[in-house]
Amino acid sequence: MRATSLFYLLLAVFALSVPLLGIYPVFMMKLLCFAMFACAYNLLLGFGGMLSFGHAAFFGASAYATAWLATARGWDAAPAILAGVTASALVGLLVGLIAIRRRGIYFAMITLALAQLIYFVCLEAPFTGGENGLQGVPRGSLFGVLPLGSDVLLYYLVLAAFVAQYLFIRRVVHSPFGQVLKAIRDNESRAISLGYDINRYRLLAFVLSATLAGFAGSLKTIVLSFATLSDVQQAASGEVILMTLLGGMGTFFGPVAGATVVVTLQEYLSEIVGGWVTVIIGSVFVACVLAFRRGIVGAIAALRSGTSGT
Amino acid sequence: MTEIFGIPVAVILGQLMLGLVNGSFYAMLSLGLAVIFGLMGVVNFAHGAFYALGAFAALLSLQHLGINYWAALLLSPLLVGLLGIVAERLLLRHIYRLEPLYGLLLTFGMALVIEGLLHLYFGASGQSYPVPPALRGVFNLGFMILPIYRAWVILVSMIVCFSVWFIIERTRLGGTLRAATENAPLLQAFGVNVPLLVAVTYGGGVALAALAGVLSAPVILVSPQMGSSLVIVVFAVVVIGGMGSILGAVVSGLSLGVIEGFTKVIYPEASNIVVFLIMALVLIVRPAGLFGKE
Repeated sequence: MRATSLFYLLLAVFALSVPLLGIYPVFMMKLLCFAMFACAYNLLLGFGGMLSFGHAAFFGASAYATAWLATARGWDAAPAILAGVTASALVGLLVGLIAIRRRGIYFAMITLALAQLIYFVCLEAPFTGGENGLQGVPRGSLFGVLPLGSDVLLYYLVLAAFVAQYLFIRRVVHSPFGQVLKAIRDNESRAISLGYDINRYRLLAFVLSATLAGFAGSLKTIVLSFATLSDVQQAASGEVILMTLLGGMGTFFGPVAGATVVVTLQEYLSEIVGGWVTVIIGSVFVACVLAFRRGIVGAIAALRSGTSGT
Repeated sequence: MTEIFGIPVAVILGQLMLGLVNGSFYAMLSLGLAVIFGLMGVVNFAHGAFYALGAFAALLSLQHLGINYWAALLLSPLLVGLLGIVAERLLLRHIYRLEPLYGLLLTFGMALVIEGLLHLYFGASGQSYPVPPALRGVFNLGFMILPIYRAWVILVSMIVCFSVWFIIERTRLGGTLRAATENAPLLQAFGVNVPLLVAVTYGGGVALAALAGVLSAPVILVSPQMGSSLVIVVFAVVVIGGMGSILGAVVSGLSLGVIEGFTKVIYPEASNIVVFLIMALVLIVRPAGLFGKE
């Protein structure tokens, strides 16, 4: 327990001193946004046991909504983000209502197919900019007072949002709702026999996860000033799965670790290895499934508790 | 010129024909998925990648070795099938005792590797494969023009689908296969080499995908991404049809292809999403799928 506290303390010191250390704040913000996306995803996969193959749809839907409101309608950052999050919650509700009718692999295929539907909407709708997406989204200001043009200021705000979301997810998992969710994941029949309306729990978990993924998507749009098809396409859904799997699903910090590895690799690896990125990502996927199913954080936890195995 | 809703009948029939061609590919791909899933409990996400591999094998062997279409129709599925067997022995067999979700994740990783490699060697742009001389030209049916190659695709896929159905439902090999689906340990106790059977089934399933790839090469552009969006549509087809039955896979594949073709005539903007919309509708009305047994 002491080691964990020390780890979080060091991490907090590091996170707060990022601008002083000369690390590019935009990179850190991008990393934090994807970490938030992965944490939101982990709520569904790690704690709810539902493998969604279409989470980019929620990330992308709110990214597009925020981008469109901020550019075409001139909305300020905060209301645009709020509207984006609402949009992803609604999309999450629609997709969730259909997807939770099936379990396991069917659930995965259904979310994949519905996310592809949303991808085509983003590609073909008249207001989404087609292949180019929406570029040049203004950062605006916070509540009309604080201009968000400064990278350092925005970094601290994104950091605050990340911490808030991280704590919120911890709270949710430790709440009675979270306990029931885990019970459903571990033994669905038992949860039913105990009288829980499991579809309600599954749907709520799905919508919650979609909403939080949307929050990450909206923030990403404000940080990077664009929303494009790469936010909503299937590869993005694959990446968030990889982040969660690699970091350790069902652990709190795992998705953050996974996102850090994947985003850093993509940022720096692509310069070194060029076109090999997809092949490397695919190989990491295969390696994780075959030999590293606990993920980074899961493996560390297992080491510390003295058990071995994959 | 006869018209329905202001659209010339020939145009409608032409699109329906195209839809039937696409439906043939859906049928062959979902058939392979269903066979693999039935025996192994693995949803093969790499199916689209093997489909692309099949097309590339045909293209490469034509360009570099001068192997013609007819030989490629046989050799390419064989080669890809062997690769599938290797992949099963090296990778997939380690995950059967795990939750089925890991199969999906593993094959997703395999798809990324295959498509990434194809992308490295051929780039993103598509290449065309010439229609074999014997299948060029058109039939003039009077009411519409039917390109011979399209008729050929539909014919071959019907024969292939029927043969697979026949093998599985009516032969001794198929009986063994179905027995393995029901209770693999018991079958193993009777002296059947189940691991071999599983490996060959996976090889056979992806060979079907490769065959679809060769068949499609002359009608589409051969590119590394040709399978990645197709496999999602095929997943939707499988969800609609239910993965239990071979007949279900074939019927829903064909009919969804036709519906898609029809949508292209009436409301082209929706043609990309109509299959997904139908899937959503089917799930609301009949969650187990049209032919599902759950």
